[in-house]
Amino acid sequence: MKAPHRLDTIFAALADPTRRAILARLASGEASVTELTEPFAMSQPAVSKHLKVLERAGLVSRGRDAQRRPRRLEPKRLGEATQWLERYRRLWEGNYQRLDALLDELKTKPPTPGDDR
Amino acid sequence: MNSPESLKLATPGERDLVMTRVFDAPRTLVFDAHTKPELVRRWLLGPPGWSMPVCEIDLRVGGKYRYVWQHDREGTKMGMGGVYREIQAPERIVTTEKFDEAWYPGEALGTLVLVEQRRKTTLTYTMRYESRAARDAVIKSDMESGVAASYDRLAELLSTTPA
Repeated sequence: MKAPHRLDTIFAALADPTRRAILARLASGEASVTELTEPFAMSQPAVSKHLKVLERAGLVSRGRDAQRRPRRLEPKRLGEATQWLERYRRLWEGNYQRLDALLDELKTKPPTPGDDR
Repeated sequence: MNSPESLKLATPGERDLVMTRVFDAPRTLVFDAHTKPELVRRWLLGPPGWSMPVCEIDLRVGGKYRYVWQHDREGTKMGMGGVYREIQAPERIVTTEKFDEAWYPGEALGTLVLVEQRRKTTLTYTMRYESRAARDAVIKSDMESGVAASYDRLAELLSTTPA
């Protein structure tokens, strides 16, 4: 496991919709900054800025080709963050679905006598 | 899976974890379900296979609570507890919380806020850890196993991070 302080950087990087879209694009293969700029109706410097955030979080790296400098996804890094979120969410969603059922039951049941809290 | 009832999770700031969930019930019932032991132990159970043999609640400011979970087959136990810092029935509870074998430094502060609108209750539960390192330790400990999430799910999970 890498340095824990980078988790903040990852979650901050993932919070932005454009950056998530860039990651989704890179999931289908590496791309240069120019290629990434096309689908996003954004200036190249704006895309570069987003890429810098993603690179700092370790979610994106640069390929070997010195001319194109393609960016590519670092799926392992992304997997670490999403796995935690998914697992935590699932745990609590399990609890809350049981709570849903309990609340349904309580709604149909008149309050117990003497129970006036 | 994107129903309005689904759980939202966010990590705003450095020390917080925030969960938001809507329940189709008035908040007095949601409040009861969080404060009456006979109700709490019916839902606050975690993964399948765990039950809650101990659930003690002294619902007053300065009062303590204690929860112990047990794995039904393996007998493994996990306990936690804390103190009620604020109680405003039926809308707000602030508690300290600490697991017996805490894997993160310090205590966490849990704030439960219930807002009712048209007989539906929005629950917001904020856990504030003592430091960023503590919060990240909580996150990290859960990262070792799990299932890969799709990008769609990822977007859904993160779409709620407050600006």
